[in-house]
Amino acid sequence: MTKDPTPAAREVALALWQRGERALDAVSGSALNPLRHLGALGFLCFWLLAASGIVLYAVLDTSVAGAYRSIAELSRQPWYLGGWLRSLHRYAADAFVVLMLAHLLREWLFGRYHGFRRFSWLTGVPLLPFAFVSAIGGFWLNWDRLGQFSAIATAEWLDALPFFASPLTRNFLAVASVGDRLFSLFVFIHVGVPLLLVFGLWFHIQRLSRAEVFPPRALSSGATLALLALALALPVADQGAADLATVPRTVALDWWLLFVHPLMYASSAGALWLLVGATLLLLFALPWLPRPAAPAVARVDPAHCNGCRRCFDDCPYAAITMLPHPNGRIARQLARVNADLCASCGICVGSCPSATPFRGAAELATGIDMPQMPLNGLRQKMESQLAALQGDSRIVVFGCNRGARLAALEGADVTSLSLICSGMLPPSFVEYALRGGAAGVLVTGCREGGCEFRLGARWTQQRLLGEREPQLRASVPRERIEVAWADAGDEPALVEALDALRRRIAPLPRPAQMTLLHG
Amino acid sequence: MDRSKPRTTPLAWAGQLLLYGVFALVIGVFSRWPEYRHLAPDQALIKLSFTHAGKRVAECRQLGAEELAKLPPNMRATMKCERERAPVRVEVDIDGAPAVRHVAEPSGLSKDGASTVYQRLNVAAGEHRIAVRLKDSAAGSGFDYRREQTVNLAPAQILVIDFDAEKGGITLQ
Repeated sequence: MTKDPTPAAREVALALWQRGERALDAVSGSALNPLRHLGALGFLCFWLLAASGIVLYAVLDTSVAGAYRSIAELSRQPWYLGGWLRSLHRYAADAFVVLMLAHLLREWLFGRYHGFRRFSWLTGVPLLPFAFVSAIGGFWLNWDRLGQFSAIATAEWLDALPFFASPLTRNFLAVASVGDRLFSLFVFIHVGVPLLLVFGLWFHIQRLSRAEVFPPRALSSGATLALLALALALPVADQGAADLATVPRTVALDWWLLFVHPLMYASSAGALWLLVGATLLLLFALPWLPRPAAPAVARVDPAHCNGCRRCFDDCPYAAITMLPHPNGRIARQLARVNADLCASCGICVGSCPSATPFRGAAELATGIDMPQMPLNGLRQKMESQLAALQGDSRIVVFGCNRGARLAALEGADVTSLSLICSGMLPPSFVEYALRGGAAGVLVTGCREGGCEFRLGARWTQQRLLGEREPQLRASVPRERIEVAWADAGDEPALVEALDALRRRIAPLPRPAQMTLLHG
Repeated sequence: MDRSKPRTTPLAWAGQLLLYGVFALVIGVFSRWPEYRHLAPDQALIKLSFTHAGKRVAECRQLGAEELAKLPPNMRATMKCERERAPVRVEVDIDGAPAVRHVAEPSGLSKDGASTVYQRLNVAAGEHRIAVRLKDSAAGSGFDYRREQTVNLAPAQILVIDFDAEKGGITLQ
């Protein structure tokens, strides 16, 4: 295995980030924690931008003489509706960039840029320049003093490249230099590039099943209302019409979107190109840096795969496709794992109807399994650990390697099994544990929104509630089951959940125990 | 306590309100503040910018009969002109002090394109004596174009030094 090159600084930054996430969990709950939905919130801002942008484009006079006037008139509409819309458009753009950069930072901190995530990372990086080009181009369309400053600064930056026969800056030397044709180019940049951004976003989420392009409703409402309130409280100010005979000495700069201009004037156009180029190159190179060897991917056993498609439906990374089964039976299908896309999370194992420990065979073989943690070994381990437990309230804890550490819970009457992901747990294992002598079962995994493999905790929750196949059978006593979602570091919360379960099962009669034969 | 579930206590509502408020405030404040000062209040800007093709390095010459005979029949133009152009040299003095000394190479792989220059010069607002000299030929050592003028620049005013052959060469506008 290659040594993990993760720098210590990133580890520290990651710890800080996670501390921040937990702090916000305390306010909103992890399910509605904005830090756990950064990508989806970015999408929300994009939809707001598209909706407000369409209206603004309808009223924009796309000529040199009319552009500024049309936007200024918009701000004078009754009830300030036009100005509100314009301000919303600007603030949604600001928020989009902030959320996009935060999303990038979070994914980097969590090391989510190589292996099966390489595609999403590599298709995400080009969205950065697309977003900034779209946003900066929007300032020119207004053709006020800020637009003038930004257009000239951008032209001066581009002129540092040896591509243009005539400097772009010559388009802004005098009032007569700026023509309506140039404005057509501005329109293309601010409308055409966002269209490319849409395609880019589509590619970016191509390898995700059920990609979150809308945040949860409460989060969407909160974010939208916050931007609407901001647009009303701090409307975007008019900075005066562009005047190429004079320099805009001071501008109320949008630092989120236009910080590159002061950066260039503080250094040089060449230095800025170097910085931008090096940053993009580094981001593109990240997936190829040395990393720990990838774990084994899921393996399909054609003899036990009945082609039910549940793994196909549940895989968070669309790594499973269905093929005609080689046994030749009509309409029978076989799952196939694409190794390049497989996250090795085991969620497919949890979804497989053949992954039940009640099967009589001495060697538990399933339709799909994880070579590094086969279900047969898990069954044997559970049986032997259960047999070693003492006391009347014996408890089995199922958790995951990414969530709260389970070792702290273990004792004479508590044993734990840590899976690759909580989504790997077939619900029948819960029933099997209870039938095998456990008085209670605690199921845990990462907090909602924090699942390393996106959907594992959600699928497990739904399976235990009987909302998703394979379901926990209705006859299984629910009072003996506790579910507590807890990230690493949340061990005290898990201890609380365990105590609650212990108190609940204490007065219950001891369950009938069957003999486990496979230990 | 399940930390996944949305919080509905009054304290949690207040916390969320604060959270969204801070987010909106940070977005709003840095979308306008601090103001960026692009030019000091008592300064003006001179932009030296032109696109001008220098004269050809070598004069056109008549090809002799022997030279023409060596060429394919469809390429036997009697006049031979080299493509390469001379670099354009420009000098600007402001109030007698040298401000720009620049040689703009012709563009293109064969050096047959126009030479371009773009430079910004921040100067104090007020009266200035501007002297511009431009040489666009390889022959001789002197400048081909000269212009000297006194200008009075208001704060934030932009003066453009350009070259327009139709207007007699160097222009200040």
